[in-house]
Amino acid sequence: MSTYPIRPSIPNPTAALAPGTAAPEFRLPSTPDLIVILSEFRGSPVILAFYPADWSPVCGDQMTLYNEVLPEFRRFHAALLGISVDGVWCHLAFAKDRKLHFPPLPDFEPKGAVARTCGVHRPHDGNCERALFVIDSEGIVRPSYVSPIGVNPGADGILTALEALPTTGGPNSCQSTRHPGSSCR
Amino acid sequence: MSIHATSRLILPVSERDHIRGPATALVSLVEYGDYECPFCGAAYPVVEELQQVLGDRLRFVFRHFPLTQMHPHAQGAAEAAEAAGAQDMFWEMHATLYTHQHALDGAHLIRYAIALGLDPTSFRHALGGRSYEKRVREDFLSGVRSGVNGTPTFFIDGVRYDGPPDFDSLLAVLAEAAGETGG
Repeated sequence: MSTYPIRPSIPNPTAALAPGTAAPEFRLPSTPDLIVILSEFRGSPVILAFYPADWSPVCGDQMTLYNEVLPEFRRFHAALLGISVDGVWCHLAFAKDRKLHFPPLPDFEPKGAVARTCGVHRPHDGNCERALFVIDSEGIVRPSYVSPIGVNPGADGILTALEALPTTGGPNSCQSTRHPGSSCR
Repeated sequence: MSIHATSRLILPVSERDHIRGPATALVSLVEYGDYECPFCGAAYPVVEELQQVLGDRLRFVFRHFPLTQMHPHAQGAAEAAEAAGAQDMFWEMHATLYTHQHALDGAHLIRYAIALGLDPTSFRHALGGRSYEKRVREDFLSGVRSGVNGTPTFFIDGVRYDGPPDFDSLLAVLAEAAGETGG
């Protein structure tokens, strides 16, 4: 399958990155001391899950769900990165409370900068949209989806998107044992 | 293809399921639930009442969707329900678990099994040997692929119900699906 349309029945209020475009590079701290660099995941798919706020009920459900589905994402060697405009300490408290096994990243300073580059910033309230991007192993956005802000989009669409990626690496592939940022050779 | 799939039940109701109500029922209600989830606990008496009111017009199916990171006892409780099911007491254990959500650790699960008259040796063996871990995960994954996005999530005649999980709201939709007007 070569096209990955955004669901046409739901209007996309933003200019979310379209399938086929290169995901813009970003560097965001996952802890006060550790930086996550998007390009270091090259070679593996990445799921970018933008969400409006750590402690809102819908976001909590969504991130809790993705936390449970992580083993399925890992079957595709996919990394999951959550992003909101909350600060790193807020994220740490949220991740601890929800026992998250993936890093929620703070798009905090300049506030919403990464969301802007991905076209999912909400200037009227300063948050980001509830938006999903599946980025392939070459760093290209495959499907993207902007959910109605109060609706948890679930994980089914992400899994379907991962299945449709042309090369996600198999159990015997070089990618499968590669850690982000490490060499494949 | 879209990243946002339609929210329909992808695993049809079959003999593998725990089912209450006849195959000829006018409407089916499938719940994906977690025994430690307080919202599922609140939905439990609602579903019980719906079954009483609708009788044979309703077919109810329960599938497991334990959010194990948030609810440390949810997986064990789900496996306990399955172990009870192996002794034809699934629904009895289901009721016990939802009415004792505050006490779902291993010792309490054994106590409930004994109180229900289950064979404690095989029950213990099933829990200790994780006999139903895979079965519970199958339920969970079928929910994920069907668009379950939290607990409880209901499907009415295979379509995800996104309305409020209260008695009046659910009854109105179930009655309409059953072809009854005026609920």
